[in-house]
Amino acid sequence: MGATLTEKILARAAGRSAVRPGEVVTCKVDLALLLDSGGPRRIWPRLKELGVGVWDPDRIVLCTDHFTPAVDAESAAILKLTRDFAAEFGIRRFFDMQGIGHVVLAEQGFLEPGMFACGGDSHSSMGGAFGCYMAGFGAIEMTGIVVTGEIWLQVPETIRADWSGRFAAGVVAKDIMLFLCREIGMENAFRVIEFGGDTVARMPMPERMVLTNMAAELGAETGIVAADATTLAAIRAAGREPAADAPGWQGDADARYLARHAFDAAALAPQVAAPHSPANSGPVGDFAGERIDQAYIGACVGAKLSDLRMAAEVLRGRRVAPGTRLLVAPASTRAMAEAAADGTLAALTGAGAYLLPTGCGACAALGAGILADGETCISSTNRNFQGRMGANSARVFLGSPYTVAASAVAGRVADPREFLA
Amino acid sequence: MSDSLAHVVRGRAWVFGDAVNTDVMAPGIYFKAPFEELARHCLEAVNPAFAREVRPGDIVVAGRNFGVGSAREQAAMALRHLGVGAVLAVSFGRIFYRNALNFGMPALFFPAAAEIRAGDEIEVDVVAGRIRDLTTGGEWTVNGLPPHLMAMVGAGGLMPWLKARLAAGRAGVAP
Repeated sequence: MGATLTEKILARAAGRSAVRPGEVVTCKVDLALLLDSGGPRRIWPRLKELGVGVWDPDRIVLCTDHFTPAVDAESAAILKLTRDFAAEFGIRRFFDMQGIGHVVLAEQGFLEPGMFACGGDSHSSMGGAFGCYMAGFGAIEMTGIVVTGEIWLQVPETIRADWSGRFAAGVVAKDIMLFLCREIGMENAFRVIEFGGDTVARMPMPERMVLTNMAAELGAETGIVAADATTLAAIRAAGREPAADAPGWQGDADARYLARHAFDAAALAPQVAAPHSPANSGPVGDFAGERIDQAYIGACVGAKLSDLRMAAEVLRGRRVAPGTRLLVAPASTRAMAEAAADGTLAALTGAGAYLLPTGCGACAALGAGILADGETCISSTNRNFQGRMGANSARVFLGSPYTVAASAVAGRVADPREFLA
Repeated sequence: MSDSLAHVVRGRAWVFGDAVNTDVMAPGIYFKAPFEELARHCLEAVNPAFAREVRPGDIVVAGRNFGVGSAREQAAMALRHLGVGAVLAVSFGRIFYRNALNFGMPALFFPAAAEIRAGDEIEVDVVAGRIRDLTTGGEWTVNGLPPHLMAMVGAGGLMPWLKARLAAGRAGVAP
């Protein structure tokens, strides 16, 4: 019997010829992503307590994103400490205020098929779009990785989610994930979600990254998309040459899956998740008319250049509804610059959007744009847990950038297909 | 297996439902505040009395997918800081589960969690996987801590474990 792509990567990282689901293995880490939130400020004191340094500074990528830009003494101190850590340990791949780490990794071409990578943030699963195994862990566990270069895993089962057919206009990868949160649920620990099918094969990398990003919402160990020409082209576009064996990292045809699901992308309507769970989702029509105080385009999953362009497509020549505010926090400075160069930002600000700094921002109530008691928001982010974006009584709906932009114009949850016809 | 592992934990049950997420255990708006303050708001949105009234040794009993969501270790740290002796849940969010064990807080999968009532006196042998409800007389056997993590949890968590491994000249975290 063959092996899934995940099993092959874990076997390689564990120095084994093969692994089976359920086995506990110790894997060598090829790349560790540290962020300002669960990174140096939590890890450095532990290194001091242990009296050790980092195992390999060249396998670490460090980004500031959660607390950027500094807005008070605490965030300033956290960012300073992060910079000091990079200098102290000679971390050359340090990206300070250049965007959300998961997006920066992709922009820099640091991820490659077959790689075993770990990140100190749950949405590290986003990296799996590059045909690698990349999963998120807590800062305590990242401390262990930074010291030893190793981590234990229980080899997960793989669930295959195949999508076929072409999306209707206004339907995107985000809608797939909100649909899957409801359809296969958010309780998938010890499982990996492998995405495939012709719909996924046609997706550009930023859309595949939405799938794997929100594998975190499915509760999975991670998500993964096997590499193809699109993957390799994206790495080359970032200025790096993939390893010679990169295209070979594929699951076997006779691999064993825990389950295989087949879905029709052509039949999918734009999806919205209602408060307070991504699984609380349904076709946008189920929620149409909910009045919106704030529309938010932000986060790793929902403010890449492609996401900003989706919003601009809806907003060009239109205005945000009176009584509703639209906040946009581009996921990276590169996305911001490219959106400025191609007219995307002008379309957003021309419609009345309020432009915020790059960073994780209001998604986790760490930056500008948090919600007051009783307010309602529709957001292109990935999570709408109670209190996540501010007040406990605030309500957050999730949707694609198309749906968020359409809702901003309507002042109510709205179907983007009405704006894209 | 470490001799220092407190096999048996005993305390009052705090009962929670399904899909209690890490945002409500460690709300982001308190991330920049001193940790003690964040811990005071742990689970506030779900049960405002919890952080105020939980006592050392008390046991959290929850439904499915306890700790779903973010990687924030402050969620498990806050429970530990408040003195929670063990977490029993039908199932766990994957990162929370690892974080809990890495802070030396036993977390056991407990399919019959719904049979426990708030305030019941609970005794858990985290190695044998024996759970007793001393109030109702209920008794269950579940999987104890995973064998490969017994020594790490027994050492008090990943930090003391790493310290011991480094002192012994063995840096690996694996058993």
